[in-house]
Amino acid sequence: MATLDSKIPEGPIKDKWTNHKNNINLVNPANKRLIDVIVVGTGLAGGAAAASLAEMGYNVKSFCYQDSPRRAHSIAAQGGINAAKNYQNDGDSTYRLFYDTVKGGDYRSREANVYRLAEVSANIIDQCVAQGVPFARDYGGLLDNRSFGGVLVSRTFYAKGQTGQQLLLGAYSALSRQIGKGKVKMYGRHEMLDVVIVDGKARGIIARNMVTGEIQSHSAHAVVVATGGYGNVFFLSTNAMGSNVTAAWKIHKKGAYFANPCYTQIHPTCIPRSGDHQSKLTLMSESLRNDGRIWVPKKMEDVLAIREGKLKPTQIKDEDRDYYLERRYPAFGNLVPRDVASRAAKERCDAGYGVNATGEAVYLDFKSAIFRYGTEKALVEGIENPSAAKIQELGKAVIEAKYGNLFQMYYKITDDNPYESPMMIYPAVHYTMGGIWVDYNLMTTIPGCYAAGEANFSDHGANRLGASALMQGLADGYFVLPYTIGDYLANEIRTGEISTDLPEFKAAKKEVEDRIAKMMNIKGTKSVDYFHKRLGKVMWDKVGMARNVQGLTEAMAEIRAIRDEFWSDLRIPGTADSLNPELEKAGRVADFLELGELFAKDALERRESCGGHFREDSVEVGGEQEGEALRDDVNFKHVSAWEWTGDPATSILHKEDLKFDNIELKQRSYK
Amino acid sequence: MAEKFIDITLKIWRQKDAKSAGKMVDYPMKKVSTDSSFLEMLDLLNEDLVNKGEEPVAFDHDCREGICGMCSLFINGEAHGPDRGVTTCQLHMRMFKNGETITIEPFRANAFPLIKDLVTDRGSFDRIIQKGGFVSVNTSGNTQDANALPIPKVDADNAFDAATCIGCGACVATCKNASAMLFVSAKVSQLALLPQGKVEATERVLNMVHQMDMEGFGNCTNTGACEVECPKGISLDNIARMNREYLKASIIAE
Amino acid sequence: MSEYGITKSSVGRKILMALSGFFLLVFLLQHFAINMLSVISDDAFNTVSDFMGYNPLVQFALQPVLIFGVIFHLAMGMYLEFQNTKARNKKYAKNNGAANSSWMSRNMIITGVMVLLFLGLHFYDFWWHEITEKYLEGGAESFTGSGRDTTRYSHELQEKFVDIWRVIIYCLSFVFLSLHLLHGFQSAFQSVGFRHSKYTPLIKKLGTAYAIIIPAGFIFIALFHHFNH
Repeated sequence: MATLDSKIPEGPIKDKWTNHKNNINLVNPANKRLIDVIVVGTGLAGGAAAASLAEMGYNVKSFCYQDSPRRAHSIAAQGGINAAKNYQNDGDSTYRLFYDTVKGGDYRSREANVYRLAEVSANIIDQCVAQGVPFARDYGGLLDNRSFGGVLVSRTFYAKGQTGQQLLLGAYSALSRQIGKGKVKMYGRHEMLDVVIVDGKARGIIARNMVTGEIQSHSAHAVVVATGGYGNVFFLSTNAMGSNVTAAWKIHKKGAYFANPCYTQIHPTCIPRSGDHQSKLTLMSESLRNDGRIWVPKKMEDVLAIREGKLKPTQIKDEDRDYYLERRYPAFGNLVPRDVASRAAKERCDAGYGVNATGEAVYLDFKSAIFRYGTEKALVEGIENPSAAKIQELGKAVIEAKYGNLFQMYYKITDDNPYESPMMIYPAVHYTMGGIWVDYNLMTTIPGCYAAGEANFSDHGANRLGASALMQGLADGYFVLPYTIGDYLANEIRTGEISTDLPEFKAAKKEVEDRIAKMMNIKGTKSVDYFHKRLGKVMWDKVGMARNVQGLTEAMAEIRAIRDEFWSDLRIPGTADSLNPELEKAGRVADFLELGELFAKDALERRESCGGHFREDSVEVGGEQEGEALRDDVNFKHVSAWEWTGDPATSILHKEDLKFDNIELKQRSYK
Repeated sequence: MAEKFIDITLKIWRQKDAKSAGKMVDYPMKKVSTDSSFLEMLDLLNEDLVNKGEEPVAFDHDCREGICGMCSLFINGEAHGPDRGVTTCQLHMRMFKNGETITIEPFRANAFPLIKDLVTDRGSFDRIIQKGGFVSVNTSGNTQDANALPIPKVDADNAFDAATCIGCGACVATCKNASAMLFVSAKVSQLALLPQGKVEATERVLNMVHQMDMEGFGNCTNTGACEVECPKGISLDNIARMNREYLKASIIAE
Repeated sequence: MSEYGITKSSVGRKILMALSGFFLLVFLLQHFAINMLSVISDDAFNTVSDFMGYNPLVQFALQPVLIFGVIFHLAMGMYLEFQNTKARNKKYAKNNGAANSSWMSRNMIITGVMVLLFLGLHFYDFWWHEITEKYLEGGAESFTGSGRDTTRYSHELQEKFVDIWRVIIYCLSFVFLSLHLLHGFQSAFQSVGFRHSKYTPLIKKLGTAYAIIIPAGFIFIALFHHFNH
């Protein structure tokens, strides 16, 4: 099996990417026409990669499970995209963005990759503006920035609360242009169900046409998997309903190592679960924490009265409220990083102070912000001795201008008016930093198979900073992969067209068909969702925000048991040769049931707390930091890359040691 | 505010595939939480159907937060149902009364052929975009600096408002003529308002309108229904702007 | 790009529909103005009617343009409606159009066809009568001015409105015309791309005023002559 060679170029960090580009192999334009590339996924990374590769001259086949490439879940990103443009003249630089990203990732990412990301970030903005992406502008007509995620500069470009949508539609337009030119052949409503390996190289994929059920073989000289993250292993997450690990998992099972599966970002400000009918969770932008104060009641009798509907949160006096983030983290207060805020909410709710019927919600209160803004506004408008009602009115207007769309979204979902009564929020699974292991060229441990965007593990370490996911997706798709893939494809110019009649294709196709037939023939009694919900509950309870040895060990056994039950008692109505959403879900949940176990195993093995991974047995003891996450740089300063053996429980761990030559490792403190 | 439970009867269009004939089928539902979303209510129905060994109702959906544009459904005679400014996935059951009968149909238009049950093929939208819904710039990153060309805030904001279209097709579904003018004009407007898009404005509007006509959408009769039903509030201003752009283009173009 | 001629595209056709609509709006206004004269003064009405009826420019240039405009507006309207119906073969079982649009905007074809039927009667009543008078019986000499009765118009007009059924049909038709105009006036501006945050609300008000005042005025004229003569 392959060894972990990260292929980081030599030289000083700021020259690595330039030198690398200067030294890698190129493919002559005439030869590019002879080369086919398959790109799976049409989000920021996949859409951008497919468009760029087609522009360069390759023949691209692009796949997505949605009906149109415009619907990939990158579209749901709200806040913005970071870029080291330093337009605000506040001292930003490539180095600072690099530093913030590595630190934010709790020192578990690869320096060279992150530096490259910071380096190309500025090109992304130029590129997107040229494509007609309508970023927010100031009155002088220049691009506006906002600050985000607790960094010290304003480097986040945004398009109201729909930055992801605008960037994705930009990539989609570039992709559409190439489809129109015939350079990209688009396969919508197609799902990749396996990768085909010929002579040790990725040579194509097996895909299912989701409308007709046809199992198809597609060949290519390289395969790019840009299929997003696996947050849906938790059943409830902010991911789209269709988001899945299948493509990534299939390449893992054919030889691609899976890195750091336990690194999951749990976002603190989501709308809480309201009942068992819930199918997904909705994120409320992190920006709300700039003005909202988070609290639960101090007295248990108040909590109970609220749950029974006898008391309203607005009736609880200030001294009876526990602003627990302000209490525990006086320096950062409500603006602590995502992982810290999430854990603190869980701690209060576990102690019984959750404020809704499920006991899993805390308040995010805008009362003081409304009062503060209202008073300010009254002063500006020269209103003397404004009444309380007037202050309220003025303050609400300011809040509405800043967060109107979020408040409206909250209202539509909960039917509660957040201007009058505090919002209820609770953490939810949002992003997975772990993913397919890739080298500096974004190639997996399967030659010719690449992973880009959230699907790979590369840039965010153990925790992702706000507004960095969009940056990474587009950087991989537009500016990294199109160059680095040439280094590999330069050796493929003599390969010629690859036939799908090769025995390897036939075997892979049969494997897929057999698996579908097997699933259809279980003819048990339980629906796919039944198993998915159970898996999600185990993941959330035992592999969620706080993890311990006992819970993780139990989780592995329980997931295995659910998996066994799945394969013996699943019921899929309908047929395999037609549109069958239950069959689609079944295939995805089957993979989640394997990934979940590896996820728990990885969490069990990593006996430190870092970023989104919090181990209850690795915390600060004594002193001011008592109980806070404790990283272990001596034993765990590495990437855990897992090799598939046929069973998640026996997966083999490979370690890629992380070197920090440019950044000093420090413990994070928010006290 | 408080969660309630209602009994409803669903009348749902069931159709096995594109070729089969379809029909409306009644499904009584008991004790549906008013806190659940419309699609969560359908999830419940489907869970029941699976448990009974029947085929669940196929419907398109993905992000369930109103941005991907995948969900559709014509509910009680309106695209995305009776609420305003929301997609079907954001529609909640509290909009309905106990005992109510709810009719659920697919988005109907010849340009959106039906695939199964409530699932339709909206590929015609993609083909329209492929004819010009882009700026012909390569993704090299070697373009000029993003701030080299200031854009008046009002133009940038208007372009953004047009660009928020999610391509769901509610405009087509609700239009009595199944016209795609709101969708097409949103993209034409966005790019016509920005200096980067102006370069190709003439060809873009002609090509996109041509493709729109080829796909078999109806003509715009300015009823304004699309604007009302659009979950993103895309304005009729865009249709007027496209008409203007078209007039300009057809006079200028040789 | 010339293969996408303006008459061949949906947007182009709507622009032409709007332009012919504008033309008819102007025509209707002058028609109304002249008819109002019949209420105020028989002499003035006769003078203007005679001018309109025998001026060569009006008769041989403007009249064909008008007829073309009417026919174009009708034919194009029918054709577009045909296309529109074809765009959705399978209809909805339940369609709540009232939730998002006005009845007028959804039923232009109905109001349009009603106006068309009325035009049949109207042409028979007045236009065919004029043609017979001038070209079939009167002959070319009537254009010289000496051989014709220049005061017949007010009298002929009043005669038409003696029959109560004709008056009722006329009045009903004007109601349909009003409904047609309530949407058509402002819709024409939208179709040619004239939309502006300041002026569009004004146009809408003007359109409503036009759509109510003009047909109401015609109704008034019909009733006036019915009851006064």
